[in-house]
Amino acid sequence: MFNIDLTGEFLAFFVFAAFMVGGAVLMISLEKVVHMVLSMAAVFLGLAGMYVLLDAELVAFVQVLIYAGAVSILMVFGIMMTRHGAEREEPARPLYETLAAVGALCLFGLLFYAIRTTDMPAAQPFDPGEDHTLAIGELLFTGYLVPFELLSVLLTVAFIGAVALAKKEEE
Amino acid sequence: MLPSYLTMAAILFCIGLYGALAKRNAVIVLLSLELMLNAVNLNLVAFSKYGAVPSLTGHIFSIFTITVAAAEAAVAVAVLIALFRARGTAQTDEFNQLRG
Repeated sequence: MFNIDLTGEFLAFFVFAAFMVGGAVLMISLEKVVHMVLSMAAVFLGLAGMYVLLDAELVAFVQVLIYAGAVSILMVFGIMMTRHGAEREEPARPLYETLAAVGALCLFGLLFYAIRTTDMPAAQPFDPGEDHTLAIGELLFTGYLVPFELLSVLLTVAFIGAVALAKKEEE
Repeated sequence: MLPSYLTMAAILFCIGLYGALAKRNAVIVLLSLELMLNAVNLNLVAFSKYGAVPSLTGHIFSIFTITVAAAEAAVAVAVLIALFRARGTAQTDEFNQLRG
């Protein structure tokens, strides 16, 4: 099960995995909210590296642009708009947090068991051509045209709705 | 390599689940949700390379997921700002009334 040969891909995977797990654990354990957002940006960048390892260059670029760029900045703005002076003293909730941790660990155990015991069929050879981005673009505008257009409508509605929600109400 | 990627995605998903359940700052809860969505994307892309039938569909699905997640993040931050204006707090356990 664990006999993985040390190839370059595995080494790169290991480095990115350590980077991402470190960032995610820091996100959970840091004190200041802005530091949490910064460590999440590290996780997003590590994920982009993994996408490059998986031959998904377009998804990697989209990940860096949308997540590491836009979503992180949006969250920093959200923090700046909702913060008021010093952090307040928070009453501890040890029972609740322990229950949440136990639940997450149980889910991980279940998933890990399922992943380790499933027989994954070997991948058939697949060659989408030299240019993945070109192939994805052709697929988007032929087979997935209707979802693509629906998504553009969704984005327009969501951003108009966000502006309308966040606008200051007139007295 | 497929089990390694799936395990990585499971780790990220579980950390995101813990954050979404246990954190009180609403922005951090939103970030944890994004982490869970990202774990799903990693699964999709990993299956599109190492799955039984590799194809580009996983890439397209993950791009769709990223788009919907971006729209969700924008609307969620807008709702958060409106709530902050109405209540003066961004702690999730103090949003306990539907009626404003």
